[in-house]
Amino acid sequence: MLPIGQRITASLQMIKALLRQPASALGTLIAAFFLFLALFGGQLAPYPNPNDQSHNARVSPTLDIGSLQFGEHPFGTDRLGRDVYSRVILGASSIFRIAGLGTLFSVLIGSALGLLMGYRGGMFDEITGRVIDALMAIPALLLALVMVGIIRNMDFDIGSWQAELSNNVVLLVIAVLYVPVVARVARSATLDIKTREFVEAAEIRGETTAYILFREILPSVIPALVVEASLRFSYAIFLVASLGFLGFGARPPSPDWGLMVNENRGGYYQLTPWALEFPALAIAILVIAVNLMSDGIRRAVQKSA
Amino acid sequence: MLRFARRRLFFFLFTYVLSSLIIFFLLRVLPGDPAKVIAGGREAAPEQVAEIRAELGLDVPLPEQYLSWAGNFLRGDWGKTIAFRGADNRDLILERSRNSARLAFIALALSVPLSLVLGVIAGLSENKLPDVLISLLTLSVVSLPEFVTGLFLINTVALRWGRGPLASAIGWWFPASSAVPANASFGEMLPALWLPAIAATLVLLAYISRLTRAGVIEELKRDYVRTAALKGISRRSVILRHVLRNALLPTITVIAISISWLISGLVVIEFVFGFPGLGSLLIAAIERRDLPLVQSIVMVTVTVVLCANLFADAAYALLNPRIKLE
Repeated sequence: MLPIGQRITASLQMIKALLRQPASALGTLIAAFFLFLALFGGQLAPYPNPNDQSHNARVSPTLDIGSLQFGEHPFGTDRLGRDVYSRVILGASSIFRIAGLGTLFSVLIGSALGLLMGYRGGMFDEITGRVIDALMAIPALLLALVMVGIIRNMDFDIGSWQAELSNNVVLLVIAVLYVPVVARVARSATLDIKTREFVEAAEIRGETTAYILFREILPSVIPALVVEASLRFSYAIFLVASLGFLGFGARPPSPDWGLMVNENRGGYYQLTPWALEFPALAIAILVIAVNLMSDGIRRAVQKSA
Repeated sequence: MLRFARRRLFFFLFTYVLSSLIIFFLLRVLPGDPAKVIAGGREAAPEQVAEIRAELGLDVPLPEQYLSWAGNFLRGDWGKTIAFRGADNRDLILERSRNSARLAFIALALSVPLSLVLGVIAGLSENKLPDVLISLLTLSVVSLPEFVTGLFLINTVALRWGRGPLASAIGWWFPASSAVPANASFGEMLPALWLPAIAATLVLLAYISRLTRAGVIEELKRDYVRTAALKGISRRSVILRHVLRNALLPTITVIAISISWLISGLVVIEFVFGFPGLGSLLIAAIERRDLPLVQSIVMVTVTVVLCANLFADAAYALLNPRIKLE
């Protein structure tokens, strides 16, 4: 295992390699900007209450790009008189929280499972592998819709743990959907590592399975996991936006981007096109940025490997 | 060969049964009582709940429920819908599946050739300008969520451009609504299919072209390419006669795998365009809490996905003489 100093140097080199490619540097920068919005949106939005209706309805956007004038309602107001600019800024936090935490959970659980599958092998690997195959035969969005739809329609006592779970159902669904995918990646990386001498040496020393998995094998598997995690994060953003749009994510009147797009399409689009276009643009820019970033991470890891 | 086929078929059946178990238990074991939900939630009368439980066969032990459900599914008895005025689940699903299959067919017919060409060009010019441009294209425009591209196609291409001067000059064949009458023939349906098919094409384009690119790059690094080049064979004929043949073989698998990806994409696209396919039926079924219908729809898609995988494996084994058939 590398000493901590060398590991930090290696990470810094990876970040440098990531920022050296113009496209991925731009993607990372934009993603960082959105993360900033997600963290400090409450302070940045001119109207911190996303459902503040004290404005005129259907005001056209006052943003003037030529003279950089923001005006009273840069992105206009929707048909209910809510400031679209504030809603877009405030919407960043939920998409980051759900996609980020969902990815984090799936990577933690999936990599532990994959390490164990790859290292143990045998019946455990075989059976878990088949269950993963069976889960992955169900198209991801369908599984997500079924799980969200059913958990949300259930009738829970307010304040119970089930109700809490039901409020975070999309987060949970992302974790469940991506555990098998991450586990597969971790498993195949582990198969590669476990025949190395340092693993054998640890086995001869009589180390516990947990020690071998997490202290010996895991550090060598981390590059593959970083690549997979960034890819999963980009899919998770995509999925949160899609579920929100389909009405299976945040509930009205949340300032969720996907939901805002759905609420303002059809006939309403003729009245207030900006109320659809700005959240849609936010989704598009964020998805592209995260994709470019995760592609850059993949290249940087491959180069340093 | 026979051993390979038998082994593969066994895995197919095993995975199929396992998937059906997952779907069944997902819809039964999740916290809550579906009968209570159907009866109207918290205030439902207990007698009514019990009646619905008996009607849906929810009052017998779970393994028994699973067996009778699986048996009925295989026999083609998928029950009547709760949500759609008692129509037969099977008729409803088959009609919607046919519509979705037409959409998927056009999407595949558009995207497979296009993405193979893009993937091969990108792979042959690794890290040079064409590759960088194609990578940027597939990473950006094409990786947008389906509903964003779908709404752009509806609001801008169909509605705004449809009223523009270009459209009035040459005629515009992109209607904004994709609602089609029941039992429309393929030809009648075609105008309504174009825009959703383009949205679905974009979904597949990124996926297939990036995997094709990776295949070409990997194949170009092989020893036989160097040998052929050293023998004095022109690069053009090395690529056309050797590299592409080997590199395109795995794309059969890629296309089969992308079916699952396509089905997810179609759910969103059908919803955006109001297209009467299997995906929009699924959303309606979930919203109306019609669990038997949901179960059948998911089982149908799993069947399609697993059959596509099986087909890809078989095609790959037959076309690739090097594969070890054991």
